[in-house]
Amino acid sequence: MKNAVGREIPDEILKNGREVYQGKNYKDGKYIKKASPKSRMFVKPQESKLVATLKEACIQCGAHDGMTFSFHTELRNGDYVGAMAARVLVEELGLKNITVAATSLGAAQDVIADYIEQGRITGVQTSGVRGRIGEVISAGKLDAPAVIRSHGGRPRAVEADEVHIDIAFLAAASSDCCGNSSGVGGKNNFGSMGFGTHDAHYADHTIIVTDTLVDFPNLPSSVSAIDVDAVVVVDDIGDAGKIATKEARMTDNPRELMMAKNAAAVIAATPYFKDGFSFQTGVGGPSLAVNRFLEEHMREKNIRMSFALGGTSKAICDLMDKGFVRHILDTQDFDTGAAAHIFRTPGHHEISLSEYANAGNKGAYVNKLDYVVLAALEIDTNFNVNVITGSDGILRGAPGGHPDTAAGSKCCIIVTPLTRGRMATVCDEVVTVTTPGDCVDVLVTDYGIAVNPLRQDLIECLDKAGIEHVTIEQLRDKAYSLVGTPDKLEWEDKVVAIVEARDGTVLDVVRKIKPLDVNAEGEEVKF
Amino acid sequence: MRYPTNTQKNILKGRFETVNINAEAVAGTLESSDAQVTVRPSDRGLFVHIESSVMNQYGRQIKATVIETLKGLGVRFGNVEVVDKGALDCTIKARVECAVMRSNDASESGV
Amino acid sequence: MMFMNAQRPGLIKDAYIYGSDSIILDLEDAVAENQKDAARFSLYHALKNIDYGKTEVIVRINGLDTPHWKEDIRCVVAGGADGIRIAKCESAEDVRKVEAEVLKAEREFGIEEGRTLLMAALESPKGIMNAYEILMASPRMFGCAISGGDFRKSMHVQIERDGIEMMAARGNMLMAARAAGLQCFDTMWPNIDDIEGFQAEVRQNRKMGFDGKSVVSPKQIQYVHDTFAPTPKEIAYAEKLCRSFNEQADAGVGVYTVDGKMVDIPFFEDARRVIELAKACGVYHGDL
Repeated sequence: MKNAVGREIPDEILKNGREVYQGKNYKDGKYIKKASPKSRMFVKPQESKLVATLKEACIQCGAHDGMTFSFHTELRNGDYVGAMAARVLVEELGLKNITVAATSLGAAQDVIADYIEQGRITGVQTSGVRGRIGEVISAGKLDAPAVIRSHGGRPRAVEADEVHIDIAFLAAASSDCCGNSSGVGGKNNFGSMGFGTHDAHYADHTIIVTDTLVDFPNLPSSVSAIDVDAVVVVDDIGDAGKIATKEARMTDNPRELMMAKNAAAVIAATPYFKDGFSFQTGVGGPSLAVNRFLEEHMREKNIRMSFALGGTSKAICDLMDKGFVRHILDTQDFDTGAAAHIFRTPGHHEISLSEYANAGNKGAYVNKLDYVVLAALEIDTNFNVNVITGSDGILRGAPGGHPDTAAGSKCCIIVTPLTRGRMATVCDEVVTVTTPGDCVDVLVTDYGIAVNPLRQDLIECLDKAGIEHVTIEQLRDKAYSLVGTPDKLEWEDKVVAIVEARDGTVLDVVRKIKPLDVNAEGEEVKF
Repeated sequence: MRYPTNTQKNILKGRFETVNINAEAVAGTLESSDAQVTVRPSDRGLFVHIESSVMNQYGRQIKATVIETLKGLGVRFGNVEVVDKGALDCTIKARVECAVMRSNDASESGV
Repeated sequence: MMFMNAQRPGLIKDAYIYGSDSIILDLEDAVAENQKDAARFSLYHALKNIDYGKTEVIVRINGLDTPHWKEDIRCVVAGGADGIRIAKCESAEDVRKVEAEVLKAEREFGIEEGRTLLMAALESPKGIMNAYEILMASPRMFGCAISGGDFRKSMHVQIERDGIEMMAARGNMLMAARAAGLQCFDTMWPNIDDIEGFQAEVRQNRKMGFDGKSVVSPKQIQYVHDTFAPTPKEIAYAEKLCRSFNEQADAGVGVYTVDGKMVDIPFFEDARRVIELAKACGVYHGDL
């Protein structure tokens, strides 16, 4: 069945009430039934929930074949806990048919790729997938397709019991013996724990894994002892050098600076740019640099931001310290500067992924967002964006909050170079739709700006401000004239991943790629 | 410098007669946006092998560009190996021509 | 004028997007001796295939004391570059030698004679002393540039932050260029990370009367544009001069005063140049 972004969704996917994507507000006003976890009673007074090993804690929490475990990825590439949990379940306990439900998956959890190949981990639910795990899923090593959800789609699915977590393994920088735990106060501080807090509420069991045990009570805490079954102390929860850099690097690449400057100019030219506006940007080169140029515009207009949302870098903290930002609503910290700023600065708050972006609750912050500046692997002439598959068809990206913020914001700006190497970023048809085109408003590239024709109001704003823009078709033509028109990818029938829209409908599927081989064995060239 | 006597060539004018691959020669690098082309003599015929970081989308075009360039040079015998790192067609053409000319010791002047 | 290694495909494929007025594709110092041939192949195909838009493409060829320069010229002319930068140019004779090869190549490839322009890189005291005759040696000449690295070596001096070590050379070259009615460009600032030093030098260049600056990184472009573009004050004064001149000319007056200063025809010509430059820099929004 074809969905609202023109993608053919195979019928076998559409079981158990799963529907195809039908537009960004299709589910508005509908009800969901919230799931409740099975929760163990701790009636008897207890000195401590410390358990000597992770294996023992898993046994206490009833680890079993066919279970689902989760972990958060606030420690990004430096995370040890996700791999640690998988290793205990698979190798020490010898469990089978395990499903992993993570906020992302990457090189830090490469061992999971081995378990998928061995058929031990058979289900994957995630908001991003990079590295070897992406390659093995793309190679069709899972029986059932992986499910890719946005950061807002994940808590919605958890609440709707589409994902039921048996054990959440939550890395904490510090914890007391009962599980009051935090992303700071230890030796590997990562700041906001907003990726993990929601799991503690909805998982049947929660195990806190920390490397810094502190005196009871560890307050203020991000995860409360009332949700914690066991606390395990390990040598290190992560590799400090990879958890966060000192400061997310402000790019000095002139191409990225040029795009950032233009994105800031677009923002300044639109009517939402007034005192009390709200803003989110990523940490990629051009996105982060937008902060710098935005400051100039705010200074010039003498206005302040009401809140900055989402992943947080030192750049936005600096803006707050200079008085340009009233609140930072922080789901994760990209650098140690930001991790040190949260909890110490009034107005810099930790929020969960559900508060951030869940379309299934009654007040996600993304729906109050004026501007979001996002990157893209590909964007097509319908403004559909792909951030999950490379243009070679292999899973290597992360929707994260991309679809949620694009849908919620009043003005969504995509910043991307027109080509990367020989890859055309602006193309006829993206490999996979992760963010529907009706949520995307402006595209800023190194070769020019294009506005979604659905947004005639923004086109007028740009014209009035004297900002030149072209059609997205012109940008695509330019891209193809530079790198050549790519051949269409060839696919097998097998679906390796389902991409859910934030409301749980099916936006797209990723099939197994049929690699192209132009080297027929020993073929002689004749002309 | 040795010029093959049977070779009448002029790349800059777009006119070539037969050029042979006389010795192993390499042109280009493995940097991003470049391609490394290695040519080796063969008496069996002409064989082309492509590796590319953008194989799925551009493999056919790369092969066609390589073959067209070899055809333009009049190369009939040889093994041509291309390791592409996302190079544009004009770069691939330049690397193939340079490798073939180098294998003739004829890349330095009068091309 | 931004320098780019002609041998690096990743660099030259869209160097024009940074907004430099011209790019210099380098066959000389940036290319290793054993890659000169490969660089020519890639240069030729880049010139043939890449649309550089409004950006002028100039190729720095190898020195006349090398075995490469004649083949360089054939490749550049066949590819259709806008101009050639003659490295280590020391005399009018050097220009004439290059001109002869260029003409030969234009005839060989059926390209309009005179299409390929020339500029001289002056890299030695001798080149500086001969700047005027070099610039006048061919109608193809459009300007000259000093090349700091080699020049400083031959003068036994180091780069100085106040530019004192090349003050005389810059002044001499500028005067020669103005006398010849051609353009004059300063050398590049080698330390990309020393932004302050670069900016100080660009400001000095402008005060001395240079038409532009060589840059080695796209990061340096914006500051050059900002510095060389006429200031709003200069534009306003030039506008005032132009308008007053039109009025005075109608009234038949030759010398008169504007803002209390005496002005005459050369002032008007300079004012017109400022307006034209402002237009070229995209900073003029008036109606002249």
